[in-house]
Amino acid sequence: MSSLLNRDRPPVFCPGCSHDLVVRALDRALVAMGKQGTEVAIVTDIGCSGLFDTFFNSHAMHGLHGRALTYATGLKMARPELTVITIMGDGGMGIGGAHFLSSCRRNLDITLLVLNNFNYGMTGGQCSVTTSPVASTASGFLNELEPSLDICKVASAAGSPWVDRVMATGKKLPEQIRDAVQYQGFSLVDIWGVCPGRYSKRNRVTLKGLEEEMAALPPVSGAVQENERDEYADLYRRKSSRLSLPSGPVDIEPIYSSAFTGQKDILLLGAAGQRVNTAGELLCLAAMSAGLHVSQKNDYPITVLRGHSISEVVLSSSPVLYTGTGHPDVVFALAREGVTRRRSVFEKLKPENLVIRGKGVEVPEHEGKTITIDFKKLRIPSMHWALISLAVLAEEKSLITEKMLRAGLAFRFSGNSLEEAESLLNHFFSRKNSYRTSHS
Amino acid sequence: MGFCLGASMAGLKAMTATSGPGISLYSEQISFAIGGEIPLVIVDVQRLGPSTGSATKGADGDIQFLRWSNSGGLPVIVLAPVDVTDCYTLTVRAFNLSERFRCPVFLASNKETAMTRESVDLVSLQIPSVVNRNHCPPDREFLPFGPGGEKDVPYFLPLGGDRLVRQTSSTHDEYGYITGDTETIARGIRRMENKLLGAINSLSLFEYDRDDSADTLLIVYGVTARAARVAVQRIRDAGGAVSLLILKTLFPVPEKTIQRCIADAERVMVIEMNLGQYVREIERLAGSKPVEFHGRMDGKLISPAAMCEVMGL
Ligand code: SF4
Repeated sequence: MSSLLNRDRPPVFCPGCSHDLVVRALDRALVAMGKQGTEVAIVTDIGCSGLFDTFFNSHAMHGLHGRALTYATGLKMARPELTVITIMGDGGMGIGGAHFLSSCRRNLDITLLVLNNFNYGMTGGQCSVTTSPVASTASGFLNELEPSLDICKVASAAGSPWVDRVMATGKKLPEQIRDAVQYQGFSLVDIWGVCPGRYSKRNRVTLKGLEEEMAALPPVSGAVQENERDEYADLYRRKSSRLSLPSGPVDIEPIYSSAFTGQKDILLLGAAGQRVNTAGELLCLAAMSAGLHVSQKNDYPITVLRGHSISEVVLSSSPVLYTGTGHPDVVFALAREGVTRRRSVFEKLKPENLVIRGKGVEVPEHEGKTITIDFKKLRIPSMHWALISLAVLAEEKSLITEKMLRAGLAFRFSGNSLEEAESLLNHFFSRKNSYRTSHS
Repeated sequence: MGFCLGASMAGLKAMTATSGPGISLYSEQISFAIGGEIPLVIVDVQRLGPSTGSATKGADGDIQFLRWSNSGGLPVIVLAPVDVTDCYTLTVRAFNLSERFRCPVFLASNKETAMTRESVDLVSLQIPSVVNRNHCPPDREFLPFGPGGEKDVPYFLPLGGDRLVRQTSSTHDEYGYITGDTETIARGIRRMENKLLGAINSLSLFEYDRDDSADTLLIVYGVTARAARVAVQRIRDAGGAVSLLILKTLFPVPEKTIQRCIADAERVMVIEMNLGQYVREIERLAGSKPVEFHGRMDGKLISPAAMCEVMGL
């Protein structure tokens, strides 16, 4: 009979170790499926069961404590035709608990064999997540403090569509492994065995005793109907194939000439909902239409719908180097939230600097020029204040012009949003004198 | 990280991006990528630490962590982008180096770089041509961890292909079998060290803006280099003199390059967005030349004015 076992590396477990039985059963299962070694990847974890991959003439990947399922996932996603079998002990299963839960929930077509011998064998018999609270382990009383985990129950609860449990001595072990591997989705087999080296002697655990214990549990036998669903990679491919390729960066050819040479820093101070970041971007796009180099940095709290919203923009006739805006040339003061955050910049303003301020927004004393706009009286909702302020800036003609701003809008918006933004600008430029409350 | 390692072993190019808290979690898998010689690009958009630190403020606080985050302390490649253009081109380079040397390559970015939008001149962008990993020729025995096409770099074959591939995170021989044989172990470790240290010249990226009359050499990397360029220009415009070395390969430390630049100067200034990390490398290379340091670690960029002030120029 043919075999995928590696003749150069026969299994080397302690005498009586159940792992030996599983190695042979796995081989029988693979042979029964007619698998070639090149069609199979055995991915192992740390511990005595981590030696499994070396005993097979198959592809092999042996990785870190509790992480085997992550490598298996990457492999299977990249090579869907490969049969990927992951071997972990109860130790690694506990360490990589989150990966275990994710794999159950994900339903990628890989098989996980947990070689459950109720302790960390290789490291000296410490308690694991499946150790009974009444067992004697190398961890003192620690196992007495926590109930043992039922792997199958957890797997079912986490969404695994195939959950099976069997003794390492079970006559049907090869068939049960085969069925799990053949299942088109995530499959788990909880294989109970003894660890004479570290656990079963000191706890007088026998295979017969384990068999009885298993028999007393509610039966599990493969397919979990309520968890059956589409296989993950298959679904992923179907969904991703419907996506269109992302468009590249906006290509902006300079069509206007800049009103200035050198560098100008603009600080937009507002609050959430005022479209401050969009205004910063529009300003950049407008400037790029005149061949300027630009940079933009936004600052807002994690509560995006509340609090300050700040945009720092640098426009420059040469490539932008330092992106800090400690001494801005222009400041938009559109909300208290933003102004409070950057109070210190106002004292640095010089007479040639400009503040565009919404009426009612308090700003600290400063030496710059101020244009105040009574947005409320003009019935302009707060979300358009930043855009109108850009129009005010364009009207000043020192940094950007109306044409540049309109070009910026066309790069950023299309359809209804473009129409809306353009009509706001049209309104402003046709009645600009009524916008200006005071100019000091 | 685990997904990336699996996908990379299956033959794909893989990349993952994170910041300080994430790179801390990556640590064990970084060690696997190094020991298992798995090509991978890891972007660390550094944010102000320690720990979860500030979401989201910039810093360059992970520089030595990237170098030393692997158990075993084997050499790694760390590239540091200055701006968006670098993010583009150095990422291609990072992939190329990871493929060529079968190793993880880090990009030490910074919140101030990754979360800044800027205009880029796509036409003048010099995109390096793409390098792919060296597959074992069909007529040769495949040793997943033996010397391969390039000196000290093993050939690669994808796990899942038509020849069997063994990968392991444990100490192994040339065939990928776990071994305890000290000679074999030493040979493998030496080879992994040599494959990077022996190739320093071909993977060191830097910009050296030398002023013949300058006594002072300013050494920077990453986003700090942008302010440094402004500071240097201001000093020169005011009639002063200063040379500027911008390092884009931080590790393996381009020792010869740095020493050559230091030899041109009387005094060395290192400015970093941390409490003084890379300056340690400069100090050990500077010999008797004085090395001064200025650092800032509060989430704010170091300004050109501050640089001029600390240099006294
Ligand atoms: S320590 Fe336990 S699990 Fe490990 S080989 Fe020995 S009997 Fe088997």
